[in-house]
Amino acid sequence: MADSKPAARAGGKRKTAAAAAKSPVKANVEDLQKYYRDMLLIRRFEEKAGQMYGMGLIGGFCHLYIGQEAVVVGVQAAMGPKDTVLTSYRDHAHMLACGMDSKGVMAELTGRAGGYSKGKGGSMHMFSHEKRFYGGHGIVGAQVPIGTGFAFAHRYLNEDAVSVTYLGDGALNQGQVYESFNMAALWSLPAVYVIENNKYGMGTSIERSSAKSTELYHRGQAYGIPGVQVDGMDVLAVRDAAEKALAHARSGKGPYIMEMLTYRYRGHSMSDPAKYRSKEEVQKVRQERDPIERLRGIMAERKVMDEAKLKEIDKEVKAIVSEAAEFAQSSPEPDTSELYTDVYVGA
Amino acid sequence: MPINILMPALSPTMTEGKLAKWLVKEGDDVSPGDILAEIETDKATMEVEAVDEGKVGKIMVAEGTDAVPVNDVIAVLLEDGEDASAISDAPQKAAAEKPAEKPAESRAPEKQDDKPAGSAHATPPKEPSPEAEPEWTGATVKQTVREALRDAMAEEMRSDERVFLMGEEVAEYQGAYKVSQGLLDEFGARRVVDTPITEHGFTGLGVGAAMYGLRPIVEFMTFNFAMQAVDQIINSAAKTHYMSGGQVSSPIVFRGANGAAARVAAQHSQCYASWYAHIPGLKVVAPYTAADAKGLLKSAIRDDNPVIFLENEILYGQSFEVPDSPDWTVPIGKARIARPGKDVTLVAFSIMVGKALEAAEKLAEEGIDAEVIDLRSLRPLDTETILASVRKTNRIVTCEEGWGYAGIGSEIAAVVMEQAFDWLDAPVKRIAGKDVPMPYAANLEVLALPQVDDIVAGAKEVCYRG
Repeated sequence: MADSKPAARAGGKRKTAAAAAKSPVKANVEDLQKYYRDMLLIRRFEEKAGQMYGMGLIGGFCHLYIGQEAVVVGVQAAMGPKDTVLTSYRDHAHMLACGMDSKGVMAELTGRAGGYSKGKGGSMHMFSHEKRFYGGHGIVGAQVPIGTGFAFAHRYLNEDAVSVTYLGDGALNQGQVYESFNMAALWSLPAVYVIENNKYGMGTSIERSSAKSTELYHRGQAYGIPGVQVDGMDVLAVRDAAEKALAHARSGKGPYIMEMLTYRYRGHSMSDPAKYRSKEEVQKVRQERDPIERLRGIMAERKVMDEAKLKEIDKEVKAIVSEAAEFAQSSPEPDTSELYTDVYVGA
Repeated sequence: MPINILMPALSPTMTEGKLAKWLVKEGDDVSPGDILAEIETDKATMEVEAVDEGKVGKIMVAEGTDAVPVNDVIAVLLEDGEDASAISDAPQKAAAEKPAEKPAESRAPEKQDDKPAGSAHATPPKEPSPEAEPEWTGATVKQTVREALRDAMAEEMRSDERVFLMGEEVAEYQGAYKVSQGLLDEFGARRVVDTPITEHGFTGLGVGAAMYGLRPIVEFMTFNFAMQAVDQIINSAAKTHYMSGGQVSSPIVFRGANGAAARVAAQHSQCYASWYAHIPGLKVVAPYTAADAKGLLKSAIRDDNPVIFLENEILYGQSFEVPDSPDWTVPIGKARIARPGKDVTLVAFSIMVGKALEAAEKLAEEGIDAEVIDLRSLRPLDTETILASVRKTNRIVTCEEGWGYAGIGSEIAAVVMEQAFDWLDAPVKRIAGKDVPMPYAANLEVLALPQVDDIVAGAKEVCYRG
């Protein structure tokens, strides 16, 4: 992880992500087990979603998060109770990490009444006031000004809260992202932008969409927004970096950008044949950088590996996902009268 | 119990595919995420991953098989401690179960059409028009539209701390059209926020603040510039309440000058009424008088939905009598009879109400008694008032500054045709802007905009009076 204060030069030397993982980070055994559990839940949930999509139970688009689990779990671990989260359409993991009920999420994927949006939003559009998760936005980049508006509101209401907005490397080329950076910096808003750089915006690699440099953490440099590049496959590195970013935003110093180097194992959406990258590339990441295996490795290295406990977690996660899948199939479709509800408040 | 691995669909439209290759063989142990096989369609090749842990018990479909139907069992996985004997009849069972898989059926739209209950319930609720505001009998004050708008904002900001104004030049400059004059002094920079020239960004920011519970008033210097932000208005503000199943709302007002100004050419002279009125989830108002401007803006700020508030630059300086009370409001969705009459109905909104009233005066000189309806709201549209008028006059002329093609007049014509066809004594006549970008030259601009004489001619046409 490399702190790039605004002065950091694009493409300049930085410490490698792997080096960051070696740095001593605090985490007790319970924390490590919780991160393992949360990442595993996401992975198993997404695998089940992929399978259910294949069976025709989930319609439309379905964007899976497999491979990127350490990002949301690490950031969430650093967040405070009043902080809010917004993201794009690759959002299932963010909701699970926020503590939203996997049954409600899966049932929304299948378009059922028991879904978080009563089946009317689908996989890309879910919300929870209780868990402070505000979507689930389907237009690439649109969540960035909206998330900045949450930061504006936190400040306006004088709350001890930071708005965390996730965006992909593809979204980072939308003009509204820079409009947001400018306003957030101009008004010193409590905003943390988490760029999930999984290297491809659909089928276009960052090399083919970025001028000059493929390092994205310095994209706020013109606005004086500090940026940091983080190994997004290492949940502890993510958490530690997020703690710094959140503390910065919380203290009134304005926005902060985090670039998470990560990778999605699956296609952009379910119907993506992924011909723009080689199987070897995917296989290599899975074998060498997998976030869940990585955490197991860390636990082994610290001699806190408790195989029995992890087996118990595997079992628990499996049960949660089965229950979610079961609920998502048994929950009824929304009543046809729901067609005309929720268009207007109070109508 | 053995787990069936089914032929997956790559997309909602896929019904079958080729099982190109097996990457595992019978007896192999697999874990979740392991790639089991490759399948091909005419569009793509994809991998089938294991979701469960187990041992490949039996491969049911050989590699290279074409046209394997989606959801057919292609292999059977054995869990801990099971052996191949457990799967002897598993595939048959799965096949038998398949027709009962209701969710898979629900994918086919024609199946849903068969549901008798579906169409019965799925009719739009008929919302009656709201009650009109009670007639004001108290004191009034003569105000320009500009002053009325400012007072509406100031009063609502005094009574609700969540209300704030943001936009270009709204604070220190006192408003590009001086609508926000004095607000910075009274409310300070926290609540009267000058933005950079960044419509897309500050519109999205406003929507976010609204979703979190604030009540932003976003001023567009003119609605021409809102085109930069239209995605946030429609996709974010208008649709999120529905997409969240009613959990999240966007109580926000987008206001600013709309329609033709004077001699500013095509990019700065356009009416967006029909654009926004098209969108479920938005409310759209376009007042003419200062009283309506004030009463409707107060209602818009108090409304829990996103409201598009269309002002008119030329009207800003015109004066009207305005009820002198901070409690007085005008309901959204209710038209106003600006001039009663019995021979022909003229329907207009915003600046065209003034032209329709002038036309009515001219028509009176020729013995035609025109009724002028000031729509005030475009969504919801007060169809009751329009239809009641048509049942009385049997003739209707719609007046708008915007293009006629797919315009507000087209919608009114359709409503009248559908709901009052038998009362019509003449086809509906639409008076609208000419179907060209707004020209700069003074003479051409006059020709492009609907004028009083155009309305008079239209009214005479439907009255069969040449």
